[in-house]
Amino acid sequence: MSMTITEKILAAHADLDRVEPGDLINARVDIALANDITAPISIDRFEKSGATKVFDKNAVILVPDHFVPNKDINSAMQAKVLREFAKAQDLTYFYDAGEMGVEHALLPEQGLVLPGDLIIGADSHTCTYGGLGAFATGMGSTDLAAAMVTGEVWLKVPETMKFVFTGKLNPYVEGKDLILYTIGDIGVDGALYRSMEFTGSVIDNLGMAGRLTMANMAIEAGAKNGIFIPDEATEEYVSGRAKREYKFYTSDEDAEYTLVKEYDVSNIEPQIAFPHLPENSRGISDVGEIAIDQVVIGSCTNGRIEDMRSAASILKGKKIAKGLRLIIIPATPWIYRTAMDEGLFKIFLDAGAIISPPTCGPCLGGHMGILAKGEKAVATTNRNFVGRMGHPESEVYLASPVVAAASAVLGKIGGPDQVM
Amino acid sequence: MKIQGKIWKFGDDVDTDLIIPARYLNTSEPAELAKHCMEDADPDFVNKSSAGDIIIGGKNFGCGSSREHAPIAIKAAGISCVIAKSFARIFYRNAFNMGLPILECDETDRFESGNSLSVDFDTGEIILIEEDAKFITKPIPPFMQELVKSGGLMNHIAKQI
Repeated sequence: MSMTITEKILAAHADLDRVEPGDLINARVDIALANDITAPISIDRFEKSGATKVFDKNAVILVPDHFVPNKDINSAMQAKVLREFAKAQDLTYFYDAGEMGVEHALLPEQGLVLPGDLIIGADSHTCTYGGLGAFATGMGSTDLAAAMVTGEVWLKVPETMKFVFTGKLNPYVEGKDLILYTIGDIGVDGALYRSMEFTGSVIDNLGMAGRLTMANMAIEAGAKNGIFIPDEATEEYVSGRAKREYKFYTSDEDAEYTLVKEYDVSNIEPQIAFPHLPENSRGISDVGEIAIDQVVIGSCTNGRIEDMRSAASILKGKKIAKGLRLIIIPATPWIYRTAMDEGLFKIFLDAGAIISPPTCGPCLGGHMGILAKGEKAVATTNRNFVGRMGHPESEVYLASPVVAAASAVLGKIGGPDQVM
Repeated sequence: MKIQGKIWKFGDDVDTDLIIPARYLNTSEPAELAKHCMEDADPDFVNKSSAGDIIIGGKNFGCGSSREHAPIAIKAAGISCVIAKSFARIFYRNAFNMGLPILECDETDRFESGNSLSVDFDTGEIILIEEDAKFITKPIPPFMQELVKSGGLMNHIAKQI
């Protein structure tokens, strides 16, 4: 019987020959992760359960990345809870201080999440790792706590929607544009409870950064997971860094999909998602005149080295609009150092940007770039909900790094074509 | 179990930032979180609502973040249950895991803020008091019922410890 890649990974982790959508399974977890906002609740639940040791000290990963470097006393107290727990449990992978990066950029980079894995995280953007051909999904702190104890999680096998991207990409169209376009088409609950499988000739040539960006935003369509079939590009990415064995799964030719969507990407231009939902995406030519106060380039969605290079390619030799705040956040220490070594920091600083240490920071309105009442920002982040980056009457427009960089130069929302 | 409460109605796609803005997530203390419940959707919500009231949503209630602080804030604010056309999946799991009753009902458009509802969790029956109209909610899946009976996920797995 045929299965999708998602069904195969779930079956393998439940020691079953096959699973079907709707099946309730108990599955083994390869990695369980949490951050400084979600882990304190998990740790509390873990301790109250009577458990004394996590199921595997190599498989429970804690990354304090949201409100760090600590923005206030309460945040410092939360990070301290993680630090003490990591020490008491002797966790192998606890990323603190100068080793800390935005979790969903850091874990793939460090070879800790791998193709064929089943990963759960107390963070909704855990679905990012589907870019590697893993099953990865976000959950709450209590689910995470249960997995910390048992190494298992209950899951309902999702139906799968297949998205096929063909045609020739237009200039300056990246993975971010493809996923914003897709969410615009199906809506913020268009894939509710389902798996999104991304495929087609465009995906084959997209590269790992673009795939991780697309998988990252599967949750913005309500999906349980987003996933890509691993290939040579995946092998090239993981082979040098994998900390464990990994396995490539693929969907069978005759696997069943609840829906197949085909997109000719030659019709897709750079996208902007208007406030206050990621589904409000439209082509850059339909934006009109929207003056902006701030631009943020970073996050688990678009804070990778490729994103830094994309932004630099636009900003090189240019100045950003007077008075505008351009905040660039390399997502991990390695990305930070590499961007510096490649001379990107000089380009950013010459343009007038602020370079932040790795943090989720402004993406969720934490710190390092909060918006005032009435202010507007273009951000390469993943959500533009009411109050997401600050005041409830501020606005966030989601875009790719090249569009964000171009908008910073223009002082209003605009595409790279307008500045290059 | 039966409850009765006044309705506070919100729209579609009520996200977790509306339920509890991230700026308040530097604590997981329920009483602190409760002070800011639904703040960016209705700044006065906490002052206007009373213990036992019911939140009504449209489709995709609780979309966005995995923050369990969202159902914690709602429960700690004294809300007795949330009824929506559909729930985002992480919120759905979280609500069961930490013991906030939630029910799915296709006809939430019929309810208005200020109305009162009677909810029978055993039968899944809702009565709109003002109109004496009866509505049926989707049955809670058997596994979730088991979780509820065990007193939440952590109690459910306790036997494995």
